[in-house]
Amino acid sequence: MTMISLDLMTALPELTLACLAMALLMLGVFRGKDSAAAILGLSVASLVIVFFLVSLGGNTTVNAFGGLFILDRYGAFMKGLVLLGAIVTLVMSRRYCEEERMQRFEYPVLTLFATLGMLMMVSANDLISLYVGLELQSLSLYVIAAIRRSNLRSSEAGLKYFVLGALSSGMLLYGCSMIYGFAGTTSFPALAEVLATTSHGEVPPFGLIIGLVFLIAGLAFKISAVPFHMWTPDVYEGAPTPVTAFFATAPKVAAIALLMRVMMGPFGDLVEQWQQIVVAVSIASMIVGAFAAIAQTNIKRLMAYSSIGHIGFALIGLAAGTEEGIRGVIFYMAIYIVMNLGTFGCILCMRRTGVMLERIEDLKGLSKTNPMMALPLMIFMFSMAGIPPLAGFLGKFYVFMAAIEAGLYALAVIGVLTSVVGAFYYLRIVKFMYFDDAGEPFDSPIGSDMSLVLIASSAIILFLFAVPGTILDAAAAAAASLLAG
Amino acid sequence: MENWPILSLVTFLPLVGALFILGIRGEPDVVARNARYVALWTSLATFVMSLFIWFNFERGTAEFQFVEQATWFPGYNIDYKMGVDGISMLFVMLSTLLTPLCVVASWDAIKVRVKEYMIAFLVLETLMVGMFCAQDFVLFYFFYEGVLIPMFLIIGIWGGERRVYSAFKFFLFTLAGSVLLFLALLAMYFEVGTTDIQAMTAYGFPASMQTWLWLAMFASFAVKVPMWPVHTWLPDAHVEAPTAGSVILAGVLLKMGGYGFIRFSLPMLPLASEFFTPLMFTLSVMAIIYTSLVALAQEDMKKLIAYSSVAHMGLVTLGTFTLTQQGLEGAIFQMLSHGVVSAALFLIVGVIYDRLHTRLIARYDGLVSRMPAYSLMFMIFMLASVGLPGTSGFVGEFLVLVGIFQVNTWAALLATGGMILGAAYMLYLYRRVIFGVMTKPDLKAILDLSPREVLVFAPLLALVFWMGIYPMSFLDVISASVADIVESHRVALLQAPGHNVASLFSLGQ
Repeated sequence: MTMISLDLMTALPELTLACLAMALLMLGVFRGKDSAAAILGLSVASLVIVFFLVSLGGNTTVNAFGGLFILDRYGAFMKGLVLLGAIVTLVMSRRYCEEERMQRFEYPVLTLFATLGMLMMVSANDLISLYVGLELQSLSLYVIAAIRRSNLRSSEAGLKYFVLGALSSGMLLYGCSMIYGFAGTTSFPALAEVLATTSHGEVPPFGLIIGLVFLIAGLAFKISAVPFHMWTPDVYEGAPTPVTAFFATAPKVAAIALLMRVMMGPFGDLVEQWQQIVVAVSIASMIVGAFAAIAQTNIKRLMAYSSIGHIGFALIGLAAGTEEGIRGVIFYMAIYIVMNLGTFGCILCMRRTGVMLERIEDLKGLSKTNPMMALPLMIFMFSMAGIPPLAGFLGKFYVFMAAIEAGLYALAVIGVLTSVVGAFYYLRIVKFMYFDDAGEPFDSPIGSDMSLVLIASSAIILFLFAVPGTILDAAAAAAASLLAG
Repeated sequence: MENWPILSLVTFLPLVGALFILGIRGEPDVVARNARYVALWTSLATFVMSLFIWFNFERGTAEFQFVEQATWFPGYNIDYKMGVDGISMLFVMLSTLLTPLCVVASWDAIKVRVKEYMIAFLVLETLMVGMFCAQDFVLFYFFYEGVLIPMFLIIGIWGGERRVYSAFKFFLFTLAGSVLLFLALLAMYFEVGTTDIQAMTAYGFPASMQTWLWLAMFASFAVKVPMWPVHTWLPDAHVEAPTAGSVILAGVLLKMGGYGFIRFSLPMLPLASEFFTPLMFTLSVMAIIYTSLVALAQEDMKKLIAYSSVAHMGLVTLGTFTLTQQGLEGAIFQMLSHGVVSAALFLIVGVIYDRLHTRLIARYDGLVSRMPAYSLMFMIFMLASVGLPGTSGFVGEFLVLVGIFQVNTWAALLATGGMILGAAYMLYLYRRVIFGVMTKPDLKAILDLSPREVLVFAPLLALVFWMGIYPMSFLDVISASVADIVESHRVALLQAPGHNVASLFSLGQ
């Protein structure tokens, strides 16, 4: 096989997705508005195909396109998570699109492009390809956030996201240019080499550290870690709910994957320099996520703070800077994505006489009116609070294990204490559902696709403890491949 | 049945019943009735199976028995390992005994969401039994913490007026303590390389580490026991919980704290346990005297018994940290006795609460004239709680006092004083509720114990006398394991290189 076809084979999932997305775009443009439902279905099918392609690759680490692109087990695993998030959110949005008159073919197509950007991010092996993937993702997301342009809140969310997102992209780009200026290369392996030679004993160039700080700041914005989180609650609240579900899952995983690749790859030798930043960001995220969520009345805002808190927990693993830590983060994100998909599935079912509801109080008495919806949501809430034997605890178990092993005791203590505070607002939702008197029931049935999502995700969360090895082994292999490369 | 995984069967049989109940469909009345019967038969079957453990348990050895082991987290040395020794076996029996009684006690008292209620109780039973059987720290933690979920729901859904507040307080207090235990568990895991409890016990942690680990464990177990001053969740939880919830809470859940001290703090961290003994004595004596005084002033029967539980558990922690054979045996015996007696007392309160829907002492008087059988039953359990010779309460208290007199006479003196207060508040309660002339008009038609209620009390009554008159059948089980703990503690203190107070003060070096 020639060099170029090898490169193409390596990026086959991405290329397939790009072609399919453009084909669907054409289809949508030529067939007009009526094709929205069909395109939604075809988009899900395309993502499933890509998921299948991704699951085939990654057994060995391959570089492609002159080192711009890397495919390894780590990338394959994270891409799988990203695609899972994208597929399930698209499936869940079908009914929402029908009933809320959001039947625009742009929505699924833009989701495909955003997903493509995320796949690029996960596989980026160079600051340039990193930026290209990130921007493809971000620009698509800005538009999806504002897809209901007649809705004031949706447009506001889109605009806010765009302005702040552009700022963060600027910071990221500035950081990249500083790094290039002081290291003389944008390629991750080359950067690693340069830094490995300087880091023994001597301090790396100061400008490079500044560049690294800007890079972290830009990426922290994408994962909505404190202090770069302010956009999250507003955007989560304003965006259409299926879009919020998408925001809370796939882009988070992609950005965390990217952050880990950057930190552990090229800057792996500078652990001492960036560890304190990650520790600070992690603590701040956990605290803000726990305390700010207490007073929320809108469940989407609550989920925004919840996701900030969860990112804080995931960053504990990165702060450890070890293979165990990376494994913990991967495992945590896998569980996080399942919990969030399930929870947003429940939120999307909060509909009374055809009107979507978003207040937490609307869940009152759900255990009496819709018991089979209350049960999964309760499982997700206890899981997010990190109570064993649910999967959320297993996720926390591994990141804290890494923190203790790395000697980050203070971080671990703050982490577990904020998780107690966080438990309060998750329990509050259980309280509304189970302890309070019933309100009006929600519309039912919720549809077979939604039921499937709820049953599957709650079963995973409930029973993962019995067979932790299944995901854990994959996460361990992924972490090993990240550090080997 | 020789090679059956008997402990796993006993642990997970209730869960099977719970799944079965989950599948029941139909008319609300039919569902409720079927759920009650399935729960009753499942819990009875579990109890019968647990009798197999009782009869086949080899006395006179400190070894773990009925051990089962299977890989759980591949590659991490974290296994699914179950086993019982003399300390845990009786708690398993206590849990399997109390659950069917709770089901029967809730037969008519619980009218709404019966299906969910029975599921919660069966899940709770699985978690309780599993916790006492777990021989792996991570497995233990799963059960230990998992208990919070069903108990939170039981208090919150079927509780009284302030149930939401109480449920949250219960959950968050206990969780706050437990997460520190979780970190201690991880730190110990990295030190030892496995979470096998026996391996951890044999390991011998460095003195500097022991202090921190001990404090982290203390945070968790002290809340669970509960020790003064972190006991405040207990009166609230007890008052608001439904009767059966209180029974399990007092009967088994509080014992998880005492069990934790005996299973983890003492054998794994002997130096720190020795170092913190004065602290434990102080807090225990405070608990005994202070909560007894508080109990004297209570207007609510359940609250009074809740405070008496804190006092009795204070005696348990006192006995535990004497680290003498008698003290430890007494502590375990006292826990078992308290498990039976306080469970019975909460059921006693439940009987009249079901009739009049109030727990205020002032709303009752002269019950003896309408409810003679009830009054007799109340008297026996009340006196057992006070520690009358011939009842189970006496044996535990006596052994603890024998233990503590060998170690610290001041603590013994104060604890005895607290026990006199205990007699005072219980007799005072009994006088106000049972004796006197019945003046309240709504009491005139109150009915005595129904056959179903007698059925609930009968096994507890038998146990109170069995434990009080012939305690050997229980002490036989306990003593070998206790002797092992006491001996290895002594050896650990002797072997500790340069063991002195200063080495413990160098915190975290």
